[in-house]
Amino acid sequence: MASEKKPGFIRRYIFSTDHKVIGIQYGITAAAFLLIGFTLVLLMRWQLAYPGAGVPGLGWISEKNAFMPEGQVQDDFYNSLGAMHGTIMVFLAIVPLLLGGFGNYFVPLQIGAKEMAFPHLNMLSFWLYLAGGLVMLSTFLLPTGPPNSGWTSYPPLSIIADQGQTFWLIGMALIINSSLMGNLNIIATVMQLRAPGMSFFRMPFFVWTQFVAAFLLLLAFPPLEAAAILQLSDRLLETSFFLPSGLAVSGVPIEVSGGGSALLWQHLFWFLAHPEVYVLVLPAMGIVAEIITNNTRRPLWGYKGMAFAACFLGFFSCMIWAHHMYLTGMGTTINAIFEITTLTVSIPSLVIMTSLVATLWGGSIRFTVPMLFALAYLPMFGIGGFTGLPLALATSDVHLHDTYYVLGHFHYLIAPGTIFAIFAGIYHWFPKLTGKKMNDVLGHLHFWPSLIFMNGIFFSMLITGLADVSRRLADGGEMYAHAQDVLFLNKVMSHSAFGLAFVQSFFIINLVWTLAKSEKLESANPWDATTLEWSTESGLTVHRSPYEYSVPGATADFTPQYEAEVN
Amino acid sequence: MWDWLGLPEQASAHAARMDQFIGLVHVIIISGFMFWFTWFLIALAKHRKVKNPEADYTGIKGKWPYLPVCVMVFFDFALLFGLSIPFWHDEINAVPLDDANVVDVRVVGKRFDWMVHYPGPDGVYGRTDISFINSAMDRHVGLDPDDPAGKDDIETLGVLYLPVNRQALVRLGTQDVIHSMNLPEFRVKHDAIPGMRIPVYFTPTVTTEEFKIRMGDEERDFEIACAQLCGNSHYGMRGRIIILSDEEFQAWIAAEVEKKASYDEEDDWLFDD
Repeated sequence: MASEKKPGFIRRYIFSTDHKVIGIQYGITAAAFLLIGFTLVLLMRWQLAYPGAGVPGLGWISEKNAFMPEGQVQDDFYNSLGAMHGTIMVFLAIVPLLLGGFGNYFVPLQIGAKEMAFPHLNMLSFWLYLAGGLVMLSTFLLPTGPPNSGWTSYPPLSIIADQGQTFWLIGMALIINSSLMGNLNIIATVMQLRAPGMSFFRMPFFVWTQFVAAFLLLLAFPPLEAAAILQLSDRLLETSFFLPSGLAVSGVPIEVSGGGSALLWQHLFWFLAHPEVYVLVLPAMGIVAEIITNNTRRPLWGYKGMAFAACFLGFFSCMIWAHHMYLTGMGTTINAIFEITTLTVSIPSLVIMTSLVATLWGGSIRFTVPMLFALAYLPMFGIGGFTGLPLALATSDVHLHDTYYVLGHFHYLIAPGTIFAIFAGIYHWFPKLTGKKMNDVLGHLHFWPSLIFMNGIFFSMLITGLADVSRRLADGGEMYAHAQDVLFLNKVMSHSAFGLAFVQSFFIINLVWTLAKSEKLESANPWDATTLEWSTESGLTVHRSPYEYSVPGATADFTPQYEAEVN
Repeated sequence: MWDWLGLPEQASAHAARMDQFIGLVHVIIISGFMFWFTWFLIALAKHRKVKNPEADYTGIKGKWPYLPVCVMVFFDFALLFGLSIPFWHDEINAVPLDDANVVDVRVVGKRFDWMVHYPGPDGVYGRTDISFINSAMDRHVGLDPDDPAGKDDIETLGVLYLPVNRQALVRLGTQDVIHSMNLPEFRVKHDAIPGMRIPVYFTPTVTTEEFKIRMGDEERDFEIACAQLCGNSHYGMRGRIIILSDEEFQAWIAAEVEKKASYDEEDDWLFDD
């Protein structure tokens, strides 16, 4: 039939509505942003280890350059690097990689849906994300440089900042709209398009985490979009939503109508940004759960408990934002409320982590490369989670607030936490994407040094933080007498970061080499997995729970969800 | 007892109580981590494929793995209700004011310096307004020159003088963006927020002289650090605190008042025409 004409290259691979293609588009773009965000922090780390010394290899930059004359990172540019590192990593790299990449590709496959619920919205979501990302990156071309008020953009600093901040706000609005479309899509797909037999409690845990994360962003992002527009209006239309009257900059009064509140922004920002942390964390737990159950060859221990915990986590994470604001003059009562909610939200995380460790018990553990990353995730996330306690309790937070301890804490959650989970996911699902398996030797060369270097960076941060060295200091604390004892750790962190950068090359070589040279696998299901994405057929019916490994009486040690009979 | 944490020296009345809390929290999180990590390592060793070729479908029977979660949560909430909330109440939010002894002082952040404003012998702050700021005349906080209450007020830039063993009530504010006043040795950290004047209480217990001896460093000072990103020179927004004996502090105040009076005469002479 004439109407069955195949769409051309552009419709198939560029303006595609296919969830797999969009997933890969998201994945590649977000991975590029991950690399950019990492490069920015390497410049910062050089400056922190050797304040004022030019970055090696960048000495050719003109001495008239405003950002890095002869490779020397200037103070303003250091702040820009910090703001852009945070913004890019959170909003343009990790979340899009997890939800846009892994979510788009695997959620429909794992629940047996042919497509996302709204394919065109999905395409629009990707293109808005790319536009938002390009607006963010374009700030590097501005004469005044990228935004430099931190990824948190606290006013009044962000309102008196240079024009980069205006671009930041516009970029955020685009990213938020993109994210809302993606989240709607995931929610509608999970609600409506599950294959026959795929009840909620037969969904893989990964789908649960995506589902909860999508709800979180859908509810928490709009307040930030509103806040971004208000801040934009403060900057461009001379309103003062976030500015009280009576302010002077460099002794000169600033002419604003006043009456606004600088704290209002913090409430609106953290109302998104704290749930956002759980968006960074939940899908990673999902990936890790998939890989651990597959490589232990037994079902997840406490699967239902984990699903409930994920929902509870999502619900409660919207009620803890003000724990970022203990030091803004909060009284005992309001303070206690946020301490209670924050401690409460740690319970579901503990439940999920406990279930993952308990799953190992009785397993027949295969130490494949994805499994190594997934296993390392557990103690690394553990350190990140436990170091959250001194920050959740306001008394210890007084000392640790705004120090390197905070950086250490959340980087443990996100870097050797979520990023390890992402690597685990890539190694695990690469055969699904390409029909080829990544090389094990290169995988080990990638994993072990990464684990060591990650700890070199982030454990040092915890120690530095206990000595009360503030974050966001362009000289790494060199000015302060109380920081002198731990300053040597700046070099430890920096050299670990450079080492970490170097060993990522094994991963990139592995990717390229596997794609170019490696043989196609014979089996479509090389890990002997049970979930639907490994079946090559469509129109599947689901017969059982997601992780039926080593079922007593079965001949094979795995019984896929889509098989009618236990063999 | 908590030296292994590497916290700064203690120089205020509540520092020991806070350090004890920080120490206890760390003992609990390290114990919790070690418990789960040991369990994790044993699981890996015992249940690796070589040792355990056949996986067990049921695995752990019963719900006992949730028990350590309950224990951890119990400790979390014990810390919260037993120590953290009382600390916040007693030492930060509802500090009983030692009326006879309290030293009342305003600290105002501006990029990239700390301004200090004492009410002077009359104990009353003069009116301030941004329109009176005149950095060239060393009028940083914007004292109204015509307000009689402000005549004996004292301003310093970058240095906060306080007497030892007397409660300090710092009224913290800012002239421009958000700053955060961090006094590491005093275990004090608080945001300075535009439009707000937040009371911060602490009682220094060590004089600068004693601190220098304790650290074995003549150059060493108590520092005021800015802990909230405030612009390009945020890293350099460093101030000093000088803790004097009460007599020295009184003498310093008296000398400053006298100095100011003589300046004002010169000013009058300059501007009289």
